[in-house]
Amino acid sequence: MITLRPPLPRRQPFPVANTMAIEQNEIEKIAELARIRIAPDQIGQVTARITEILGMVDQLQAVDTTDVEPMANPLDAIQRLRADEVTEENRREAFQAIAPAVENGLYLVPRVVE
Amino acid sequence: MQWETVIGLEVHLQLATCSKIFSGSATTFGAEPNTQASAVDLAMPGMLPVLNAKAVRYAVMFGLGIGAEIGRRSVFDRKNYFYPDLPKGYQISQFEAPIVGRGTFEIQLEDGSTRSIGITRAHLEEDAGKSLHEDFHGQTGIDLNRAGTPLLEIVSEPDLRNAAEAVAYLKALHSLVTYLEISDGNMAEGSMRCDINISLRPKGSDALGTRAEIKNVNSFRFVEKAIRHEIERQADILEDGGRVVQETRLYDADLDETRPMRSKEVANDYRYFPEPDLLPVVIDDEYIEAIAAGLPELPAQKRHRFVEQYGLGNYDANVLADSRALANYFETVVTRCGDAKIAANWVQVELLGQLNRSETGIEDCPVSAVALGGLIQRILDNSISGKIAKQVFEAMWQGEGSADQVIEARGLKQVSDSGALEAMVDQVIAGSASQVEQYLAADEERRKKLVGFFVGQVMKLSRGQANPQMVNELLAKKLV
Repeated sequence: MITLRPPLPRRQPFPVANTMAIEQNEIEKIAELARIRIAPDQIGQVTARITEILGMVDQLQAVDTTDVEPMANPLDAIQRLRADEVTEENRREAFQAIAPAVENGLYLVPRVVE
Repeated sequence: MQWETVIGLEVHLQLATCSKIFSGSATTFGAEPNTQASAVDLAMPGMLPVLNAKAVRYAVMFGLGIGAEIGRRSVFDRKNYFYPDLPKGYQISQFEAPIVGRGTFEIQLEDGSTRSIGITRAHLEEDAGKSLHEDFHGQTGIDLNRAGTPLLEIVSEPDLRNAAEAVAYLKALHSLVTYLEISDGNMAEGSMRCDINISLRPKGSDALGTRAEIKNVNSFRFVEKAIRHEIERQADILEDGGRVVQETRLYDADLDETRPMRSKEVANDYRYFPEPDLLPVVIDDEYIEAIAAGLPELPAQKRHRFVEQYGLGNYDANVLADSRALANYFETVVTRCGDAKIAANWVQVELLGQLNRSETGIEDCPVSAVALGGLIQRILDNSISGKIAKQVFEAMWQGEGSADQVIEARGLKQVSDSGALEAMVDQVIAGSASQVEQYLAADEERRKKLVGFFVGQVMKLSRGQANPQMVNELLAKKLV
């Protein structure tokens, strides 16, 4: 469950005039996908604030990026690779000692289907 | 209304690395649950992925094998969804910049004709763990041994038109990846799993109909059955004026039907974004050229060579080039006996027949290629007939030694001694007075048919060992 802090005072709010307003039911769907529960009386507020954030995104999208290569990572480096070798040992006992529920070497979780 | 079926396949191929794609855990199939699941695979806080060089290499080998453009700068992304067999809450996959771009490869159909099928892309990703839903007091058991096993997801263009083509595609793909030795291709162990996208459209139309996706079909036979069933289901809906719903379905092999998955399982909003824990993978020309130089002859190349070099038909070439082991076996037999057509026939009929009956792989074949070549030599030099050769082959299979040893030990050598044959021919003629009379009274045409009786009798007398050509010559001389 998330609870919202009161908004921080801002010198200049992002313009929201041109933003397509996000619907409350879309917020509910995204919250479900992200497994975040929002108290019913706060959904209106969350919707309003996310609409503001989308205003900021709109501003970013107004920038001309024609000649800009997409950045996959802020570090100017390339991936180092490791050799295909087994370097990990079986540490099941240690890992399962801190798991809430195990049986026959399996981790137990609430039932996921039917 | 005549319908045309449009099929595209997504194949998840487990790569034959010994460690996982992002951790140093072992990937051995069938280990005790969670004994191959490290802190990285369990998504413990602070763990970071480190990419396996061999997984990258294998993906590039596949790309070169289908003549695809290799992504010079490929990027990993997070595919977000929640399921307990995916402890991070996201799968590391590739979205915008896959390692293998567009390619094509050739499939061969049952009738020997070939078709070129487009591959849209292939990308690297990690496998998920396994969920076990039975016997845990209403809870689900999770085994994360498989989590992090490297997968290459191979996406085809919607170029396939029926179940047989889809199966031919999968078989060709299986053949390619086992030639390249980038996967063991073991479908029973889940090394090659298939999602089927399928839709119907009125024949002649270019627009695509609404598709259904059938998840996780794990054998050639089930792919064929699932497609047949789904075509029928969609055709029924369309004939009745209904509309196919875009959805994900499961194939139930026991009931031979597909049924929709629950909507909760298919919340398709993966919110991809670049994986911040991995940097872009950069591949240069030198790396690609080195891999290209080391590629083996691939199935399609071998098939074409078999047709040209040995004069085989397309169908035979396809069967014999199916696996590297079988192709090597066949070529060794040819080298030894010198006759490709007879070698092709023996390998396909006797050898593959016996291997199938005894459920033995070519690798464990008790008769070596050199030994089979030796047997065929004895047919070619008239030491034994083709019929006797089958007996000799049986004995060789049972471990009775080489062809020459079996022929010697069992006294099967063809009788080409004219004295011995003449005695047998005389004996048969003496014992068949009425047939001789009939023969002598007959005209030239009819004699040709009647002579078969005498040949048969001599063969019987010699227990199949008489040289048939010499018997014919002797009979022609005697029956006057």
